[in-house]
Amino acid sequence: MTIIEALDIGLAFLVLGVAGWTIAAHEAFTAVIGYVVYGLLLALVWVRLFALDVALTEAAIGSGVTGVLLISAAVRLRASEAEMMHERLGIAPRLVAAALCLVAAAALAAVVLDMPDPGATLAPQARQPLAELGLGNAITAVLIAYRAFDTMLEKVVLVLAVIGVWSLSTDANWGGLAGPTRLERTEGPLAFLAQLLPPLGIIVALHIVWVGANEPGGAFQGGALLSAMALIVLMARLREAPAIGRRWLRVALISGPVVFLAIGLLGFALAGGFLAYPLGFAKPVIVFIEVFMTLSVAATLPMLVIGPPDRRPS
Amino acid sequence: MKSVADIFTIVAVCAGSFFFLAGTVGLLRFPDSLTRLHALTKADNLGLGLVVLGLLPQANGFLGGLKLVAVWLLVQLAGATVAQVIAEALRRRGPPP
Amino acid sequence: MNAATLAGLSGAALIGLGLYGVLTHPHPLRKLLSFNVLGSGVFLMFGIIARKGAAAGLAADPVPQALVITGIVIAFSATALAVALLLRLFAVDRSATLRPDATIERNDRSDA
Repeated sequence: MTIIEALDIGLAFLVLGVAGWTIAAHEAFTAVIGYVVYGLLLALVWVRLFALDVALTEAAIGSGVTGVLLISAAVRLRASEAEMMHERLGIAPRLVAAALCLVAAAALAAVVLDMPDPGATLAPQARQPLAELGLGNAITAVLIAYRAFDTMLEKVVLVLAVIGVWSLSTDANWGGLAGPTRLERTEGPLAFLAQLLPPLGIIVALHIVWVGANEPGGAFQGGALLSAMALIVLMARLREAPAIGRRWLRVALISGPVVFLAIGLLGFALAGGFLAYPLGFAKPVIVFIEVFMTLSVAATLPMLVIGPPDRRPS
Repeated sequence: MKSVADIFTIVAVCAGSFFFLAGTVGLLRFPDSLTRLHALTKADNLGLGLVVLGLLPQANGFLGGLKLVAVWLLVQLAGATVAQVIAEALRRRGPPP
Repeated sequence: MNAATLAGLSGAALIGLGLYGVLTHPHPLRKLLSFNVLGSGVFLMFGIIARKGAAAGLAADPVPQALVITGIVIAFSATALAVALLLRLFAVDRSATLRPDATIERNDRSDA
């Protein structure tokens, strides 16, 4: 066994151990902390699978932004936990559930061990148009060109999720403010970080979006980083999130899918098909779409984290 | 055949790992939250610093090295802030019963 | 055993763990957390398919990877919607229970 194999096995046990701890933890808050750690470890597994783009997304969204969302939810729901303790299942049903889950996991493990190697692949098809598109990152090519339809619909789902969250506000607060209130005087380390970090974070985010055409990175990862910067400013209470009735916010939210759809329809006129890119102009068109997708992701994620509006704009 | 740079990398990364190990032992063994916090921040600061220092000769050109140093500085900043925020929360909650 | 198979087996185990959490935890937030563990296990299965599809000079098949990236973002938005629903339930009901009879009991009590 080589050192790298030993490290892989150690990492796998660590991931499973932290996941088990997340499931078994007594309090929801503890479980959420476990989940954040689990997400970061999972990002390492993705690095080991040579999937750097996925690793970036998992670390930023799967662990980071989801972590913020779940931590605040766990704190707000703490009062509900004690009451529900008596609803816990008895030992017999839990054993039955464990046995069934074990069967499911074992079946999946058998499938994994039985997988053909090398397996079926679309890598050549995904790689072939790269030169034509002027891209170097095959995953970006899949997201924006090869399977652009999926990505466009996913942007629509993000907007629908925001509408779903907003629709949970009361009538009186519709169009109002969500998230933490702004403090008149802010000091301390968090406020310092929230002032120092965003300029740096914005540069790194733009860098990640820009290099996404050729190297790991892209609109999701960059957008997630931008939304992290927005969230840190909100958490330090330097600023309030915009009222959900603000026109510019709504434009930013839908800009990604709208631009995507518009260019897709333009494809009929210019390149003879929905979402077909005109030859020779593919790269600039793709970068154009990526910019608006980044904006859309950066606006959507913080609005999803802070939840429905709970007060009128003052 | 290893060059001087490679040996430097091995020594520095090993030293960094030692500080991480020491920090982890502290995290597991220290009696209360404040001392555990102390152990953690030391591990981040020195351990990661040494790992980054060790990796610098292996970096992919000047920009790669700059990115490594930036990672270290950002982790320092985040680690120090988080330690302060947790300590503040502990102070507000008062001494443990 | 290589890293891909190991990750696939971890994925299978994570799906089992997550499923157990979804089935046995009464609290919806814990169910949601477990569901996310389950989901990341499914993503890891995609990861092994991607890695085994390494071809044409790429270390892994980009199509499953792109699907996972899309999936992580969708999983987040679904989680956010679920959290918002849950917080609303708690605000209205002062309880996060999913038992259908609980709300009826409470309404009966307030009616009486």
